[in-house]
Amino acid sequence: MSAVLTAIVALFLIGPVLLSALAGVTANWFLGASAGLTLAWVVKVWDLYAHTIGLSLWLALCCLVCTLLLGVPAAYALARTPSRLARLLEELLTLPVAVPGIATALGLILVWGAVGDFRIHWTFLLIGHVLFTLPFMLRAVLAALRGAELEVLEEAARACGANFRQRFLGVVLPNIRGGILAGALMVTALSIGEFNMTLLLSTPHTMTLPVGLADSYASMRLEVGSAFTLVFLVLLVPPLVAMQALSERLGR
Amino acid sequence: MARRSESAGPFLLRAALLAPALVLLLAFFLLPLAKLAMLGFEGQGYWAAITAPRSLRALRDTVLLSAAVSFSAVALAAVVGHFLARRRFPGRRLLVAMLTLPMAFPGVVVGFLVILLAGRQGLVGSVTEALFGERLVFAYSFAGLFAGYLYFSLPRCIATIMAAAEALDPALEEAARSLGARRWRVVRDVILPGLAPALVASGAICFATAMGALGTAFTLATDTSVLPMLIYTEFTLATNLGVAASLSVLLGATTWVVLALARGASGSLAANA
Repeated sequence: MSAVLTAIVALFLIGPVLLSALAGVTANWFLGASAGLTLAWVVKVWDLYAHTIGLSLWLALCCLVCTLLLGVPAAYALARTPSRLARLLEELLTLPVAVPGIATALGLILVWGAVGDFRIHWTFLLIGHVLFTLPFMLRAVLAALRGAELEVLEEAARACGANFRQRFLGVVLPNIRGGILAGALMVTALSIGEFNMTLLLSTPHTMTLPVGLADSYASMRLEVGSAFTLVFLVLLVPPLVAMQALSERLGR
Repeated sequence: MARRSESAGPFLLRAALLAPALVLLLAFFLLPLAKLAMLGFEGQGYWAAITAPRSLRALRDTVLLSAAVSFSAVALAAVVGHFLARRRFPGRRLLVAMLTLPMAFPGVVVGFLVILLAGRQGLVGSVTEALFGERLVFAYSFAGLFAGYLYFSLPRCIATIMAAAEALDPALEEAARSLGARRWRVVRDVILPGLAPALVASGAICFATAMGALGTAFTLATDTSVLPMLIYTEFTLATNLGVAASLSVLLGATTWVVLALARGASGSLAANA
């Protein structure tokens, strides 16, 4: 019973992905796979949407750097402050995940949309992505900070005369690198795929990959949309697989 | 306490570590949300925007859809997650990887997958045409939305519930079985209570994600208008800022209340277990 249901669920989740990959390299989907395989659609996607792919990768990289610089120190401060205020701040910092992306985007446009050329600059998107992904980095790093017997180690280092900088760089960071890596992979994957907020934030000057995907679904033939989906999956799957491998290794 | 705070450096240092993240949050999240909430009072105001027939219909459909998807996803994921946690078979790791991989697929892509599956040129249509001579097309209806939302909800639920099931002691289930409990009694009295906190928690996340999801509905362009889609059209097509703002606040508040309730329930379930 359970085995059959598991098989059905797996088919439901994987089937459409394979279907899409196949459609992306099929000469004519309407005629079926017998019409022959081609990479022409992938080439066409590259011609039409290469700039959206470039922007998304650039955004993901910048978003990762920002969440690392903002998130790791903040998580450390939160983990080492055992107070109500710290709990409240943690709650506040993870709030952007609970609030629907479109509401956040609307608010951002209302307050910051009219400030100079900010609205059509790629950093406008970056702000949204950092807001949305920072909670995931925070949680991953906090979990690592609370898991290890880090306070004892830190205390030992302090007793040996290490100052804060030495303790943070020499003791804390090496011990939470698994959590940081897990957070980094999550942030990258989420930033590449973000749509709920990005749809409103993006402009014709700043179009990301998922917005480009929506555009291709709406205005291009099925094969082009499929080929674009294929390209997207090729970009997205490596960080996801790395994330799974990592979590399995850490779990053991 | 004193030792703890000392080991982390002085208070000022910790404040300095937190400050950049808090400034970002204040300027680009709390301030915009406050502005959004204020804007809802202008124009017709909240009440008129929320009680307009179109808004009420969208709210009802969105809540119904999200609730139905959450229940189905949690129920399916409970069976699948428990199965995967208890059995060892060749290819299990690959199967787990495939089941959880779609977790980070954006809604637009999920919508497109539903079109490939059940759209006008979809697989379900071709199969049903070959079998019954009539194409079954449901991608652009409520059923299509349901399929899409279920698609992006399942991986997360399976991952959470599988982890919870792995933490349950299998000896409890064996003990119940050896004492003569039937299969469904083991499920009802041993497995479900043990999994309850995880079920509630993943159901709540599922509901919140479904409420705020925009991409799937955007791609499918269904007749059923979900609330995020309505906000999008009010803002871009009707440029009706006040209404869009009011609806955003309504959507955010509904989602937040459900999450808070579920966390309370999950906490008390965990305390009772």
